Amino acid sequence: MNTKSFSFNLSNPVVTISLLFGMVFAFGIYATSSPSSGINPSLFGITLVSGLFQGMLLFLVASGLSLIFGLMDILNFAQGAYFMIGAYMTWDIQNLDTGVPFFNNIGSAFPDPNIRFLVALIIAVVTGGVLGFILERILLRPLYSRPLFQLVLTFGVSLIMLEIIKAVWGTNSNAWTSTIWLNSGTFSIFGQQDTTYRLFVIAVGAVMMIAIALLLRRTKLGIIVRAGVEDAEMVSALGINVRAIFTLIFTLGCALAAFGGAVATPFLGVKFTMGSEFLLAAIAAIVLGGLGSYEGTAIASILVGFMWSFTQQFGVRPDINNGIWFSITPMLLLTMILLLRPSGIFGKER
Amino acid sequence: MTDIHLHIEGIHTFIGQFHILEGVSVTVPRGSITVLLGRNGAGKTTTLKSIMGITPPSEGSIIYNGKSLRGMKPHSIAQLGIGYVPEHRAIFKELSVRENLELAGRKRGDLDKQRDFIFTLFPDLQRLYDLGGGNLSGGQQQMLAIARALVPQNDLLLIDEPSEGLAPVIIQQLMAAIKKLAEFKTILLVEQNFRVASKLADHYVIIDEGHSVQAGAMADLLSDPAVVNRYLGVA
Repeated sequence: MNTKSFSFNLSNPVVTISLLFGMVFAFGIYATSSPSSGINPSLFGITLVSGLFQGMLLFLVASGLSLIFGLMDILNFAQGAYFMIGAYMTWDIQNLDTGVPFFNNIGSAFPDPNIRFLVALIIAVVTGGVLGFILERILLRPLYSRPLFQLVLTFGVSLIMLEIIKAVWGTNSNAWTSTIWLNSGTFSIFGQQDTTYRLFVIAVGAVMMIAIALLLRRTKLGIIVRAGVEDAEMVSALGINVRAIFTLIFTLGCALAAFGGAVATPFLGVKFTMGSEFLLAAIAAIVLGGLGSYEGTAIASILVGFMWSFTQQFGVRPDINNGIWFSITPMLLLTMILLLRPSGIFGKER
Repeated sequence: MTDIHLHIEGIHTFIGQFHILEGVSVTVPRGSITVLLGRNGAGKTTTLKSIMGITPPSEGSIIYNGKSLRGMKPHSIAQLGIGYVPEHRAIFKELSVRENLELAGRKRGDLDKQRDFIFTLFPDLQRLYDLGGGNLSGGQQQMLAIARALVPQNDLLLIDEPSEGLAPVIIQQLMAAIKKLAEFKTILLVEQNFRVASKLADHYVIIDEGHSVQAGAMADLLSDPAVVNRYLGVA
């Protein structure tokens, strides 16, 4: 008689993803339950939304990091600093009574806070892109044959940008005080209320996720990028200026991180550690997803977002009451996946 | 007088600290198939890479259609009309056959113009058009690698070891395709399989330990088994 045996095959991404999401949700149910009253669906639901929100923000940092790493083999440690630049500039242009007069003056030109927010977003994204362009063209390009130097350089640039941010805006955390249409409403899930701004960020993240996927799958630029991830030298031998593509992708990656910071700040405010928090989580996400895999990065960002949110909730459980779980979550998840599946969810051996 | 399509004179190429080419000269007449012969590690592949600017030479000259290629980047060299089919095919395994071909187009409509010809030359590719490159057999990958070089208007093809690791029946198919291409393109071939090379090529250049040591018409080489034995180890 033939018998079929079932076995977990971790080399199959679908099995790995199902297993990881299953474990994270199981942990989420535990983290949001109470020792006295048991499972709490409304808290689980709102924590889930919060996780998706954080996952989408993380995706905006991690997708740029992943595209840059996949195509150029550069781990851009400055990605977190670009996220911060986007956040601080948007916060400063929007909140007129605080920050740097130069940015306040720009903001003052737009009395309607909704339009001012849109202008701030555009300025932040353009600034992120321009700074990314400068970093790639002037500093990184001469170092393409020396990968270790590139790593040190992006780390150095991230430190310089951090110090500039501290010098310009100080070291205090600042909350977002401006009311805009997007953060003025609330929604309800299982009886729990939350701001509609979370839904806006989730929607923006989802739109960006689909837009980048379409760019990669349906356009010539996307084909070039995917081919370049495999073999940039051969792409060049086909008559394509790969260096120009490197510059474009690096610029887009930095602009995307700045955009992430800009849309994060109405909810998170600004603090000078926000860049490193998101950078570490983004590195965890791109390794977890499989280096160079866009799909893997997107899924892993959401997974890390959920894990972040659930551990935040876990940390405030009365019987735990320890915030350390939030900060070490991405690295715990990363360690776990590297033990189970070293190449990540969608990754190939490199 | 013979019309020279590509002329390489005394090139020296280093890879890292290793001096790989120590004086290679090659003349490729227009409309011919010229083959680079030599043992493993002689410098044949590096010669093709030097032409493409992938491993740029430090000395010597490379003249294509009367224009010097020295100092040019690989993409600029390719844009002049040189198609490169590298060793081990280097097709993009994560892209479909269609995407591999679309990638090679330099102008809008390049693939549309060449698609029918490519499918006539390699009918398998039509059937496999939407399949991922990584799912193709070795022979199909080689066909795709050559087809990719046919999408833009290249008039010189550099083809590195097309028969490597392929079954005899596939080699026959590829040889027929290369012969067909030579009717309207110039081909510089690297081929380890002397039997294949001798049937395809009009001209040969033997490269030995980084030097070009002998060149001429293939018919002359075939009548000189001593040279074949000395440099290629076959008689």
